Amino acid sequence: MSFKRKDLLEIGALSPEEISLLLDAAEPFREIGGREIKKVPALRGKTVVNLFCEPSTRTRTSFELAAKRLSADVVTVSPSSSSAAKGETLLDTARTIESMRADILVIRHSSAGAAETMAGRVGLSVINAGDGRHEHPTQALLDLLTIRDRKGRLRDLRVAIVGDVAHSRVARSDIHALTKMGAEVRVVGPPTMMPPGLHRLGAEVRHRLDEALEGVDVIIMLRLQLERQERSLFPSIREYVRLYGLTAERVRRAAPDVLVMHPGPVNRGVELAPDVADSAAAVILDQVENGVAVRMGLMYLLAQGQGA
Amino acid sequence: MGRALTRIAHEILERNQGCRNTAMVGIRTGGIYLAQRLQRIIRQIERADVLLGELDITLYRDDLAMRKNQPVLKKTEIAFDISDLKVVLVDDVLFTGRTVRAAMDGLTDLGRPAEIQLAVLVDRGHRQLPIRANYVGKNIPTVKDENIQVFLEELGERDRVARLGKARAS
Repeated sequence: MSFKRKDLLEIGALSPEEISLLLDAAEPFREIGGREIKKVPALRGKTVVNLFCEPSTRTRTSFELAAKRLSADVVTVSPSSSSAAKGETLLDTARTIESMRADILVIRHSSAGAAETMAGRVGLSVINAGDGRHEHPTQALLDLLTIRDRKGRLRDLRVAIVGDVAHSRVARSDIHALTKMGAEVRVVGPPTMMPPGLHRLGAEVRHRLDEALEGVDVIIMLRLQLERQERSLFPSIREYVRLYGLTAERVRRAAPDVLVMHPGPVNRGVELAPDVADSAAAVILDQVENGVAVRMGLMYLLAQGQGA
Repeated sequence: MGRALTRIAHEILERNQGCRNTAMVGIRTGGIYLAQRLQRIIRQIERADVLLGELDITLYRDDLAMRKNQPVLKKTEIAFDISDLKVVLVDDVLFTGRTVRAAMDGLTDLGRPAEIQLAVLVDRGHRQLPIRANYVGKNIPTVKDENIQVFLEELGERDRVARLGKARAS
């Protein structure tokens, strides 16, 4: 089968087959990242616009590199330098970019649904690079690629997602993606950080980290998003670390070949103890590397769809 | 087909005075199996292995934007440094020459070979680019909109070259 969508907005709307297709599409691009000349001419003449209305270094750089390694032309727009500061609406910005004959728009925005709103009104392909608390689909894809690469499969793996699930779009995309691919997902965190209705997504909710880690194959630690919390959801960072920080001792409760993942940037000493972050189980840098390959595969597929 | 490949293997050895500093790179998919067969024949003659690689040229095609169906993307697997090697590209059918053009672009992105040579099982003519094969299994005159297909045992078929009448040019 082939990927028929114009946009990538959310994992929640994808079928397991489409997720597999996106992961498979990333595979050949990993080899290109290891070459001396890290460039192929597949998207020559295409234009990619990165519209980042929220601070981001790793995702923005990853999308930029992915587009450049496909030989597309890339422009990155951030709010301080854009007309948003002059009061232009998001939709007008999108139409302006479309009039400049761009082919792919990558958007990160603090409002859930921003990417979808734009995708419905413009003809170019829109990629959601994170919208509010909603979704961050390419992060879930790179997480799955990393797990599949290390474990050889996704089905029946036990995965713990730990931390501030309520504020995390990464968690939402990961839960959708992992459960669709047949993994068993348990989310762990304080009750104040658990949104209602998680079981409807197929995830099991736990509050005690020690017991939740028993025998898991993968641990995904979420970043404590202090900038997204309007009020304090836990008494102190010190208490949070004591209850939900991942230490080497806690890692031993998991399966012997457990993978420790983190979407970054890591708050060292908060979500991850420094010795865990630097251990062989941590695949955080693999995630970053796979991120470029996943985004290359995605842009390649979307550009293909436009030709048809 | 076996005799043609044996002759090509001898020609490769003759031209390159053995198989040192020589690598064979098959173009996906048919070319890969032909390259493997050539490697086996050369092993019998020379008692030495030539380096073997696989090249996927999808990302280098000049008609990507025009194709209706998404071509399946596969990996390029060349586990050695091709710089300063004599690289023999292997493909099943030589037609317009566009595949070979793309393969040469792909190859030069991986390094700077001393020389690139081309071996094909069938040359059916109708070149659209100034490209010529160094080793040809058989020249088959065709009309332009004919479809020539090489079937191989490795792909679950009986070894043969077939004329499939009028079909899409590939």
